Amino acid sequence: MKAYHKVLMMIASLSLGLLFLFPMWKIYLKAPQYPEGLEMHIWVNKISGDTEGSLQNFNILNHYIGMEPIHAESFAELKIMPYIVIFFMVTGILVALLGNRKLVLSWVVMLMIGGAVGIADFYMWLNKFGTNLDPTAPIKVPGMTYVPPLLGSKTLLNFDALSLPAIGSLGIGLAILLAGLVYFFSRNTVQVKTAKKVMA
Amino acid sequence: MKSLFTTIKKAAPAAAFTLALAGGAVLQGCSSGPGEGSATAAGVASDAAQAVYVAPGKHDEYYSFLSGGFNGQMSVYGLPSGRLLKIIPVFTQHGENGYGYNEESKAMLNTSHGFVPWDDLHHPKLSRTNGMTDGRWLFANGNNTPRVARVDLTTFETVEIMEIPNSAGNHCSPYPTDNNEYVIAGTRFSVPLDMKGGTADVSMDEYKDKFRGSISFIKVDKDKGDMELDFQILVPGFDYDLANGGKGPSSDWVFFTTYNTERAGTLKELGASQNDRDYLAAVNWKLAAKYAAEGKAKEMPAYYYHNKMDKDTHIAKSTIKKTVRYLLPEDCPGMMYLIPAPKSPHGIDVDPSGEHMVVSGKLAATIPVFSFSKMQKAIEDKAFDGEINGIPVFKYESVLKAEVPEPGLGPLHTEFDGKGNAYTSMFVSSEVVKWKLSDFTVVDRMPVYYSVGHLMIPGGDTHTPDGKYLVAMNKITKDRYLPTGPELAHSAQLIDISGEKMRMLLDFPTVAEPHYAQAIKADKIAPNSVKFYDLAKNKHPHAVKKESDASVTREGNVVRVKMTAIRSHMTPDNIEGVQVGDTVLFHVTNLEQDWDVPHGFAVMGANTAETLIMPGATQTLRWVPKKAGVFPFYCTDFCSALHQEMQGYIRVSPKGSPVPISFSTGKKKPAA
Repeated sequence: MKAYHKVLMMIASLSLGLLFLFPMWKIYLKAPQYPEGLEMHIWVNKISGDTEGSLQNFNILNHYIGMEPIHAESFAELKIMPYIVIFFMVTGILVALLGNRKLVLSWVVMLMIGGAVGIADFYMWLNKFGTNLDPTAPIKVPGMTYVPPLLGSKTLLNFDALSLPAIGSLGIGLAILLAGLVYFFSRNTVQVKTAKKVMA
Repeated sequence: MKSLFTTIKKAAPAAAFTLALAGGAVLQGCSSGPGEGSATAAGVASDAAQAVYVAPGKHDEYYSFLSGGFNGQMSVYGLPSGRLLKIIPVFTQHGENGYGYNEESKAMLNTSHGFVPWDDLHHPKLSRTNGMTDGRWLFANGNNTPRVARVDLTTFETVEIMEIPNSAGNHCSPYPTDNNEYVIAGTRFSVPLDMKGGTADVSMDEYKDKFRGSISFIKVDKDKGDMELDFQILVPGFDYDLANGGKGPSSDWVFFTTYNTERAGTLKELGASQNDRDYLAAVNWKLAAKYAAEGKAKEMPAYYYHNKMDKDTHIAKSTIKKTVRYLLPEDCPGMMYLIPAPKSPHGIDVDPSGEHMVVSGKLAATIPVFSFSKMQKAIEDKAFDGEINGIPVFKYESVLKAEVPEPGLGPLHTEFDGKGNAYTSMFVSSEVVKWKLSDFTVVDRMPVYYSVGHLMIPGGDTHTPDGKYLVAMNKITKDRYLPTGPELAHSAQLIDISGEKMRMLLDFPTVAEPHYAQAIKADKIAPNSVKFYDLAKNKHPHAVKKESDASVTREGNVVRVKMTAIRSHMTPDNIEGVQVGDTVLFHVTNLEQDWDVPHGFAVMGANTAETLIMPGATQTLRWVPKKAGVFPFYCTDFCSALHQEMQGYIRVSPKGSPVPISFSTGKKKPAA
């Protein structure tokens, strides 16, 4: 691996740091009574919104349909995920320093698996909250569940819900892309090395 | 039948005109005469509807603040639509939100005379920065029981009310200087001061010797706006009517119109109308402040209330002030002068350049315009014509710049458009008259309905007016709107003054009773408007910030209910253990942190108003149950789909009953 490959690999690992600066996912709600919209922000380590009161407002609206209140404390993931991200950042930097092409590939694959597991977990949570409704809820619509979309938009009673990855997720995408490029561009360097060995 | 109707219809305007003449209102050059169609349609711009139309969902260009007069409040209208946006309670209890009824705000209405739940609010004045309205605070006077209030324009709430000692009828008030260094308040009535903070018990026959007026100088904190009475000037025993500060070259001065310089103590209608000239008083406030600071001020005992709303607890606290400093004009040379002005002048308005002082003498045939530079010269030349109480009186001609000839009848107030024009309201001839400051000639007239008092141009009293609209606040309504019995809405009219000719745009009814008004571009206020209070910063001693902390406790005869409200329930909503004769204090905290979700609270039989609790705030309703039973309480502000379910019960048992205090919300879920 050439020096610039190592630099790229460094950048790939560091871009995961975006997860600590920006939310990974955003759920936008719009309703006639909320012309200004209501946003829930899912971070690697917390749940917040566009305002201090957003999460409370989500919970107030959700309690009418019997959804369990959403609190950051109830998600073990939010405690574990930061360590996983740090693990990937540290190992990514080590991979860059070692300059081993195979390690780059394993790092990317592991990161992709990690990301996929994260998304699957998120989907399961959405499902759990959207379907596990208190039978004594004031508002009951027969057959209706309230699973927000994982990606894209969906109408839930008077709300239009839109769910999109946010800048934090871009960090993961960037890490996968850059590390993938490093693996791809460095293929010649290895071949050259092998060729040199053969020639010698 | 039809022809008779047509005849009457044709004759009606002529008849109306004859009646107007009979009433003594000679309409000088008024454009609405017979033959121009009905008087009510005169002057209405053809595109008026479009000019004032603010489409659904769109906002007005200006906030206007119209005083409530005898309703004691301030009302907020959008311009140009004339839509009512809010009534801000100031001096009067407001059942709508519990202002002056709930435990937190009661103290705002404390005075040295006890709890005074009403006043007569005449003049709003916006706070200023460099002579421009800045949209931070609004000052307003209480006329009847002399008080000055301050409204915070981030919350549109009254946050401070200060009583003015040695004053009676705080009409000539409150006038801010260019940077709110002072807000100045003059007394309308002169009274016999006992120099101990009250009025003396003297015969009215002693008016001439014993009665004095006062002008108060209220210092305003630059950042927080808090008021403090710095000093007063004790002035001759006239009636002080209106005032306005200078600008630019005259910004160190403030001018006051006076009447009853005859010092009549009875039937002032006649007694105060005998002299051909009364006075315009000119006070150099900067020099007065300097005299006060340099030890010329004496101190006398006083007793007046100063009430402030604490920003963090939302609780008003009263403090009693026991002294006041005062200056006597005779001890302070150069501080005060008197300018002879035509009989019983009303409005005094200073043009944007600061050079012209326009005095509208309601009984005068012309509008005199005084010159500030001539006044400076007259001081230098000592062009005086005697003195009163050691205050030099100028020769009329030495200060007069010009007289506006034949302006109309009953001039009251003048404002400016910043383009060289002045607009004067004519009470008797019921019109707004536009005249030029360059040659003092009348250039346009607009009839208004009926009998205009104050008029207002946004910034029209500052050095940079925004000469687009003028609001005429009329004193008589009669047939302008659908009749509503003997008591009618009040009549305001919006006039376009952007062109050469005034154009009538809109009539809009208002709640009682606008005297003066202020207006400001919406973008100076709207971006700072608070949406809700931060619950984390709520420092109310009885606030509870989560439902699990709600409680009911007995302290002797007092039962304290620390309750929370959030869509759509109150915690607790079942309360027992209260006894007849207990004082129950419901401290209700609104846990919401969202815009426009107030909750209201009311309990059956409470001898007070509901209290409306803004998100993040805590308010207290006091209730003394008189009989045993179960009493419902509920949320009074439609908050949510299940608002009607937001209710609870409180059980009251006979005195001495063994029922213990208990409280709950909801039943625990049975174990699964």
